[in-house]
Amino acid sequence: MSHSNPAAPGWLRLLSLAIFAFLYLPLIVLVLFSFQDSRVLSWPIEHWSFRWYEALFSNRQIGQAVVNSLVVASSCVLVTILVGVPLALALRRLPRRVAALFERTFLLPLIIPQIITGLALLILLNRAGISLSLLTVILGQAIVWMPIMVTVVYARLLRLGPELAQASTDLGAPPLATFFLVTLPNIRGSVIGAALLVFTLSFDELPVTFFLTGGDNTLPMHIWSMLRIGITPEINAVATLTVMVSIGLVLAGVMTLARTFRR
Amino acid sequence: MPVRRWMRNDGIKWLCAAGVLIYLASILLMPYSQIAIYSVWEKEMYAFRPAFVLDNYARAFSNELYRRVILNSAIVATSVTLVTAILGYALAWYLAMYANRWRILLLFLLIVPLWTSFLLRAYTWKIILGRNGILNSFMMDVGLIGEPLPHLLYSKFSISLALIYIFLPFVALPVYAALEKMPRGYLEASADLGASASATFRHVALPLSMPALTAGATIVFCLSFGDFITPVLLGGTGDLMISNVIISQFGAAFDWPFGSALAILVLLVVLGLVALLRALGQWSARGAA
Repeated sequence: MSHSNPAAPGWLRLLSLAIFAFLYLPLIVLVLFSFQDSRVLSWPIEHWSFRWYEALFSNRQIGQAVVNSLVVASSCVLVTILVGVPLALALRRLPRRVAALFERTFLLPLIIPQIITGLALLILLNRAGISLSLLTVILGQAIVWMPIMVTVVYARLLRLGPELAQASTDLGAPPLATFFLVTLPNIRGSVIGAALLVFTLSFDELPVTFFLTGGDNTLPMHIWSMLRIGITPEINAVATLTVMVSIGLVLAGVMTLARTFRR
Repeated sequence: MPVRRWMRNDGIKWLCAAGVLIYLASILLMPYSQIAIYSVWEKEMYAFRPAFVLDNYARAFSNELYRRVILNSAIVATSVTLVTAILGYALAWYLAMYANRWRILLLFLLIVPLWTSFLLRAYTWKIILGRNGILNSFMMDVGLIGEPLPHLLYSKFSISLALIYIFLPFVALPVYAALEKMPRGYLEASADLGASASATFRHVALPLSMPALTAGATIVFCLSFGDFITPVLLGGTGDLMISNVIISQFGAAFDWPFGSALAILVLLVVLGLVALLRALGQWSARGAA
């Protein structure tokens, strides 16, 4: 929009400012209090220190949990790409009305509380006699985050229109060549953007992991068990790092998507 | 040639439909239907026996404890949905109508927390609202209060506050998208025809953004209703919600059939609401057109 808007009413501006403060003050508190020396989390901060970060980096269990979370998140990304992109391509081939119906069904795991998806899979795996491990966590998370990959890539395909692929086919290119040389370069941005979002969400996921993990802890599971024991500034330190990494990844993901959808 | 090509295209279409259907059936229908199956089974000592009984459902409604847990979930989810709908709408309105050059930055600021850890964002309220927590010690430090306010944490208030904090962008973002798409000429036309600002809002802007508002509110209600993290971290003993009971049935209580029956109740609430609000959104959009 080129024309400038009139000034907002004072109350609305104030309210919006208050809402943004409400959204960000807790995060700022989280970060600030990870750098304080005392074991008790209360105002004011007397001394600043890195001791909770030092404690964190020498904690072997947390290290292992981070490794497990990285394994789960990257595998989840891989699975959602390998399954989600073909699903989006298949949706694109269907009549709009049918595709819209399927798309709504795809979105269910995002609307249904995740513990229900978790326990549904737990029952299924139990009846199939499959024991719980990081593999089952990856399976569960791939199912929960698949809608993001499918809907983002599908939305991009809708924008792309069928003309390019048709032209390629009409010029005699075999389907695989059309896919790799025409379609894929055009949806690459949306796949990467969705992959970054899936990675972040998977890295932070708790409810499904809660039901599907065997002996191995992911980072959120480890933090969850730490919280059950009591709150310590060490949790603030690990939380600060996690939130910062998430924010970085999300910025990268959102910017990639914004760029690819603007084209 | 056109006939053969049509057949080939049609064949691909059926193949694609089959692929999507197989995914949905095996990955979604199969697991979710397991809950329905288990919910009519019986618990027998340390095993579960296939049966077809509705005892598990009867127990959920007849027992005072479970009734209260369901009520708790409904109270929290309803208040969270109402507050996020109002605040989220106001924020979306500001962003769409007035934010001008700050708009992209503010949108970013709105999107980013959405993707950070749910668990950690709930946790921050534990350190803020605690009896000796940051809010109390801050207010005492500046002399606002003499001694700590006792009831900030471990109540439905703290659960709801954290959920509002977490879910507000779920309403603000879709409503913003709807308001942003709405042709500005509609508002100007309404004003030129003599409608007051509030009449324009009620008869033009609100109906046009209603589907987005209901979609966002539905998601907020469903996810709040089924949350188990905030009641554990921020709730008192009387504030447990239905997901906490479901989890205990799959853990210490070891009664999967009863836990499944409760899960089915949650599913019915969620899916029922999705269907209802969808119908409502379409109806109100038709009213506007």
